[in-house]
Amino acid sequence: MISSLTAEKLACARGERQLFDGLSFRVRAGQALAVEGANGAGKTSLLRLIAGFLAPAAGRILVKTGDNESDDAEERGRQVGWLGHLDGLKPQMTVGEQLSFYARLYAVGDADLPSVLAQVGLGARAEFPCRYLSAGQRRRLALARLVVSRRPLWLLDEPFAALDTSGQALVSHLMARHCGDGGIIIAATHDPLGLGNESLKL
Amino acid sequence: MNFLFRYANPHEFMRLSGAVLPVFAVATALCLAIGLYLGFSVPPDYQQGTTVILMFIHVPADVVAELAYGAIAVCSLLSLVWRHPLSDTAARAAAPFGAMFTALGLVTGALWGKPMWGTYWVWDARLTSFLLLLFLYFGYMALWNAIEDETRAARACAILALVGMVNIPIIKFSVDWWSTLHQGESIMSGKIAPVYLAPLLIMMLGYVLLFLTLWMVRIRTAILERRARNLMREAAA
Amino acid sequence: MSAFVTLLLRDIRLAARSGGSAALALSFFALVATLVPLGVGADLHLLSRVAGGVLWVGAVLSALLSLDRLFQGDFEDGSLDLIALSPLALELTALAKIAAHWLSTGLPLTLLSPLLALLFNLPGPATAILFVSLLIGTPAVSAIGAIGASLTLSLKRGGLILPLIILPLLSPAVIFGAGAVQAALDGMAAKDALGLLAAFATASVLLSPFAAAACVRLNLGG
Repeated sequence: MISSLTAEKLACARGERQLFDGLSFRVRAGQALAVEGANGAGKTSLLRLIAGFLAPAAGRILVKTGDNESDDAEERGRQVGWLGHLDGLKPQMTVGEQLSFYARLYAVGDADLPSVLAQVGLGARAEFPCRYLSAGQRRRLALARLVVSRRPLWLLDEPFAALDTSGQALVSHLMARHCGDGGIIIAATHDPLGLGNESLKL
Repeated sequence: MNFLFRYANPHEFMRLSGAVLPVFAVATALCLAIGLYLGFSVPPDYQQGTTVILMFIHVPADVVAELAYGAIAVCSLLSLVWRHPLSDTAARAAAPFGAMFTALGLVTGALWGKPMWGTYWVWDARLTSFLLLLFLYFGYMALWNAIEDETRAARACAILALVGMVNIPIIKFSVDWWSTLHQGESIMSGKIAPVYLAPLLIMMLGYVLLFLTLWMVRIRTAILERRARNLMREAAA
Repeated sequence: MSAFVTLLLRDIRLAARSGGSAALALSFFALVATLVPLGVGADLHLLSRVAGGVLWVGAVLSALLSLDRLFQGDFEDGSLDLIALSPLALELTALAKIAAHWLSTGLPLTLLSPLLALLFNLPGPATAILFVSLLIGTPAVSAIGAIGASLTLSLKRGGLILPLIILPLLSPAVIFGAGAVQAALDGMAAKDALGLLAAFATASVLLSPFAAAACVRLNLGG
């Protein structure tokens, strides 16, 4: 359980371009932060920075768990539930197999997978190879994976993309539930999250 | 370590190298001239005859071929561990010269060996190791050219150079082992007569100075190129 | 450990389902073993003397075929991001992929080798040594190959550079492996060569994951 995530004077450069500098914010348990900005402003880079893939050019990110505060990137990565642009699905594997793979990889066991699949509306599709899924269905599977991973810090890159109205409602519901359970959400988005959240403009 | 970092600033490097370069160039020319003169005037070897002059051209080439890879490995370490800013540029700049000296060593080695062996290439252990070294250089340069993002290319090549450095002793050992199975000791190892020692050492010094001079020039060119690119980018913005 | 096994099994399953990289590697291996005699003539005595070297080089090249996709597939579809965030250390991830590559490529090649040795008129004892040498040595090919695969991860046509980078690094394996077969042919003990090969393979398998993981991290931060 993370009690807070604090960014202190973060700077990020991609190639020779400075994306942002002196960025500071804090998100507490149960809160969500929307990151807004034009394309190429650095939203994805910020998310990758928080996930620990990128190292910041300056500044640091502190994660407070209980009494411990740490800025270790690998440790932070182990707390991250990631929903990126790419869906991370293999066309040759079935829906059930994919979810089971990630569940076991993330060491959370695959006991309640059928119910999670049902929650995202893929309950009847467990035996379908992923190559037959539509874009919206892939997103739903990615959301199922997110839920299954039981990670406190959700980093979402355009969570509403490729989803129809019911899909978007699903996302909102899952996000609200996650915050209600004390999780943290940081999302790069063009659309409002509708969670009474703060906004960060890049 | 602080001393190295003082010249990490491109400005400082340009200033220092600009001052030092003429000295290096002159010293290089002198050493090579003296070395060659002495080399031509030594008594012919009883076994190799007058082709012994090739030894003075071949052996130093091999020395620099390995030295250059060592330099790349050191720069790679500086780049990965201490994030020394100029070391990536330096490593990349050294590679073509390392490859050239390796190729020179191979060609002169073949020419030197022909009178002894009767043919140009007999898979002598030393030459075979250097042939593999040439491929290591090609791979290194190819990787630099292939990866578009410069920072990523620099880090990837640094890792490759260090992996290669670790492997080189193993490769040499295995080639030696292979060669002794098939044909006994390398013909090219052996004692050097004292009268040959002086020209050989002077030539070695000359080659090392030549490498350092060329390397410095190439690093300077790379720094200037980057400045030009930055200016163009600013002008376009 | 179970995360390691999960990844290992998945990679093997994927290799099996994508039309089998094993089938491709085996076909290539057999083709090389067919082309060489076509090139050098059917002198059985000559063929038996070159069998060790030809089959070793053939096995290495065949194993190389599927190496460029080792990390690239997961990198391109975003799976590598998710795998990197899992509790499994990146070094163990690399090791799992090396093991999966060996099981789906190196091991099948080793199993085919006695049949191909037949084409080269290699006598029984030497064939046995060939088999053992490939069994010990092909893990080194997968391990060092993984370093090349991680270095060329982001390249579209990385498949051309990868052999250039790793073949020189694999020369000790070819030397010791084929050397063992040669020793057996000459009626000598092959254990020196096999011992050196085993040392080389062990070192490669133990150390390569660190280099490969470093390269993967580098590319994830891109």
